Amino acid sequence: MTAANAQIQRPLRRSTNPAEDGGQRLWRWLTFGPALAMMVALSALPIANLFLTSFQNVTWADGQQVRTWVGLAHYKALFSDSLFGAGISNTLIFAFGAVAGQMILGFAMALLCTKITRGRVLYRAIFILPILIPGIVIGAIWKLMLNYDFGLVNKALSLLGIMPHDWLGTPETALLSVIAVDIWHWTPFCFLLFLAGLESLPQDVFEAAEMDGAGPWQELVYVTLPLMIPTIIVTFAFRLVLAFKVFDEVYLLTSGGPGTATEVISFTLYQRFFTEDKAGYGSAMSVAVIFLVSLLLVVALSARRRTGATS
Amino acid sequence: MSRRTNSIVPVHLALAAGAVLVLAPIIWTVAAGFRTQISLLMGDVLFTPIWSNFSEVLWSKTSDFLLNYRNSIIVGLVSTVLCVVVATLAAFSLNRMRWPGWVVHLFLAWTMIFHMIPPVALASAWFSMARAVGLENTFTGLILAHATLNLPMAIWLMAVFVRDVPKELEEAAIMDGADTPHILWYVILPLITPGLAATSILTFIFSWNEFAVALTLTMKQTATVPVAIAKFAQDFEIQYTQMAASAALAMVPAILVLLVAQRYIVKGLTQGAVK
Repeated sequence: MTAANAQIQRPLRRSTNPAEDGGQRLWRWLTFGPALAMMVALSALPIANLFLTSFQNVTWADGQQVRTWVGLAHYKALFSDSLFGAGISNTLIFAFGAVAGQMILGFAMALLCTKITRGRVLYRAIFILPILIPGIVIGAIWKLMLNYDFGLVNKALSLLGIMPHDWLGTPETALLSVIAVDIWHWTPFCFLLFLAGLESLPQDVFEAAEMDGAGPWQELVYVTLPLMIPTIIVTFAFRLVLAFKVFDEVYLLTSGGPGTATEVISFTLYQRFFTEDKAGYGSAMSVAVIFLVSLLLVVALSARRRTGATS
Repeated sequence: MSRRTNSIVPVHLALAAGAVLVLAPIIWTVAAGFRTQISLLMGDVLFTPIWSNFSEVLWSKTSDFLLNYRNSIIVGLVSTVLCVVVATLAAFSLNRMRWPGWVVHLFLAWTMIFHMIPPVALASAWFSMARAVGLENTFTGLILAHATLNLPMAIWLMAVFVRDVPKELEEAAIMDGADTPHILWYVILPLITPGLAATSILTFIFSWNEFAVALTLTMKQTATVPVAIAKFAQDFEIQYTQMAASAALAMVPAILVLLVAQRYIVKGLTQGAVK
């Protein structure tokens, strides 16, 4: 049945069989209602509340909440908050650094995996493991691995004659270490998406390229990469947004330190809202972050549309 | 043929190196759970495995880990059932019922934005609300939060699976006089069970792994496994071996899923992201 047909039949059916249509309308709401109710009550309302609170100061007196209107004061304060600035810039460095590393490594691994027939399922199974492990456990694993005294990383480096280094405790390497941990955590995800993309590419194009005498390198640059652009863009957008949410690993590995070296935006937010109990200011920061993330989404979606990536 | 076998060896070597890089930290951490603190600090290569870290974490009077484990299972199971049922109904409704286009688009766009908001920002919103209605430090609050957190992903996944059910089957059922609940139960549901499995497993794993919201909405008695591990790692004197043992125990669901349902997981992860 075509869409045009459905359009024409709609009023007809409604008039000929009102009972059935009433039932239809009831089931329409019964099936969609729960999801709508959950999204309104647990996402739209809390975020509206967050928005409202961002213009207020919240204090407690005798177990009673006292809200005073302060207008845009919290938003103005954001601009002079050095932790917020550090949080934004660290998050940007972290997100782009980690995602770039994950995409390159993930692509290389997926490409290698398509070259083999035996053992592909085994490698895929092993590589998925980090995605399924709790972020906080990833933090615990790498807190042990990067330990100055007994960590496996320093052990391995000492075999190569390199002096042990306090990876998480030194400002210069702390953010780099967190980026490396995130690359370990999420490269498998890029690998999976790229492998799925590579496996669905049309085989005849590669046969044609081989007939024309293309070497492996030419094949990669002129055939595989152009065909993979839609998958690459989707993976990039997806990973970038997730990287902006990073919290668990930082919370456990460095808690934003040393100094503000690994202060990412989620952690700043957590500190302001929960550790310092500044609900009003924390809300303003949340709203600012939500706004930035929405902006990122709009940019990513328009980029996807411009390249005509559809899947 | 010989050229092929020659070029395949470095490929296998590179992949094996990748596998070692993925597995070594995990295995080393699990092994650390079987060591004494001294053996770990000394960095002995060989050690006699001991159970005391695990028994300390699990059975000691001062440890709440078993309680945390039970909490995680309860929150994970209940929020998964809630999330998947609601998502499946919504996916069916948005795909197969006559909704005006703007309703569908607005709803999906909102779930997408919601999915991108940092969990900590949501945690602060939920914390204020939970405190207002008295749901802080309850399972109900955390279950609702986790179900909502995973709802966008579950809806998108289920939408793909529902969409792939041939419309003709439904039309044939309508001809035979089936109404909506019949179609949903007897026609759609049997055909989307693989999708239901994938979505349920992923939803459970994501609830099991979730930390930020659990940290802010729970207290000692309702804390989940990730919250417990964070406490282990931040106490004034870190008990590295106990932290490793609890981390190993927290990985059990991930490894079970990998052994039992790997196929579904790959399908779910790639479809959820790409489609």
